[in-house]
Amino acid sequence: MIEFQLDTASGVATYLQLVQQVHQALQLGLLGPGDQLPTAQQVVAKLAINPNTVLKAYRDLERAGLARARPGQGTFIVRSLPRADPASQNRFLASMTEWLRAGRTAGLGLDEIEAIYRTALRSCLAEGVT
Amino acid sequence: MAVLEASGLGRQYGRRWALRDCTLSIPEGKVAGLVGPNGAGKTTLLHLAVGLLAPTSGVITVLGGRPADGPAQLGRAGFVAQDTPVYARLSVAQHLRMGAWLNRAWDSKLAQCRIEQLGLDPKQRAGSLSGGERAQLALTLAIAKRPEVLILDEPVASLDPLARREFLRSLMEIVAARGLSVVLSSHLIADLERVCDYLVVLIASRVQLAGEVSTLLSSHYRLSGARRDPASLPADQEVIEQSHTDKQSTFLVRTDDPILDPAWTVRPVTMDDLVLAYMSRGAGTGRARRSGLRVMS
Repeated sequence: MIEFQLDTASGVATYLQLVQQVHQALQLGLLGPGDQLPTAQQVVAKLAINPNTVLKAYRDLERAGLARARPGQGTFIVRSLPRADPASQNRFLASMTEWLRAGRTAGLGLDEIEAIYRTALRSCLAEGVT
Repeated sequence: MAVLEASGLGRQYGRRWALRDCTLSIPEGKVAGLVGPNGAGKTTLLHLAVGLLAPTSGVITVLGGRPADGPAQLGRAGFVAQDTPVYARLSVAQHLRMGAWLNRAWDSKLAQCRIEQLGLDPKQRAGSLSGGERAQLALTLAIAKRPEVLILDEPVASLDPLARREFLRSLMEIVAARGLSVVLSSHLIADLERVCDYLVVLIASRVQLAGEVSTLLSSHYRLSGARRDPASLPADQEVIEQSHTDKQSTFLVRTDDPILDPAWTVRPVTMDDLVLAYMSRGAGTGRARRSGLRVMS
């Protein structure tokens, strides 16, 4: 069983923080298929947050095919997330470094590069590429 | 169905209007936070909702019924008034007995259980309870009548941080167990951010902002960058708040579309940001600022 934490200063909606923490736990292998998520009652008792928020987060996980609610029992993980492969991470890092160098050669400042990166990230998120 | 619906609602004390022409609708099944400056009419609105006051004008319904429309309707709403008042000379047990006597659908088992869980001595006089215990007793009385909606007016304002957290935890556990609707007024935004999934900002009887908290948070952004005229922002970005120095502009905008302009540093907003922005706009200070660029010293 995992335990949720809340970062109230992050500006990230509470339900999204719960969803992200489940994702992270799956990626780190802390959670796997068959594992039960804390019940809304348990989360509420720990964090003093709205139970609807917990249920909203769990519905999100269900929609993503990661969890399933079993009536009268609770919500369970049904799928694992692929752990990041170190080799592909390295390849990605290399191409990113290449891109950064190209940007510097083209005369872009670090701030501009960061702004471009953030813009690209935001448009990816807007397209639903996660 | 709306848990609380008001239309043109007003209440006058002598010549003064404590609430005037208030129109709002809070959906059922939510924990709704009601915020606004002192004097916005929050307490008057909540007193009208539970039938402690009658409207001077307009209409208010709670779960579709008129608040003071007989005992059945009164039983549908539990109320915890400001500063969680109890009868100082009565013991905890006497409070429960009184609750059982005055309410139709009293759940004495639930009341007993909660008093035990809280570790309250039934023989103790309510006047000698701590602030946190008194608040918990008031909450117990409001819950044991098995209401469909629980209305609380600044229930935690006078409590220390630990008692406040305990109170909100109790409240949320009750919501989780019984699925009732809650309407809660408070100045403590950090608390509301934790417990509310619906937010209403009320200023001078007017609703400035209302909606699902997650939707509100994800449709507002704080933008900062080189100084810019607000007129140059895309039409879908409504400026809620802005400030400018000679070089820089900062905006809080509302939009349903993502912000793609690379010139901006984009930050998400917190509930605190939202409430303050709408409160200062509602107070009229925003209107002057919106008319054009002005250097803020």
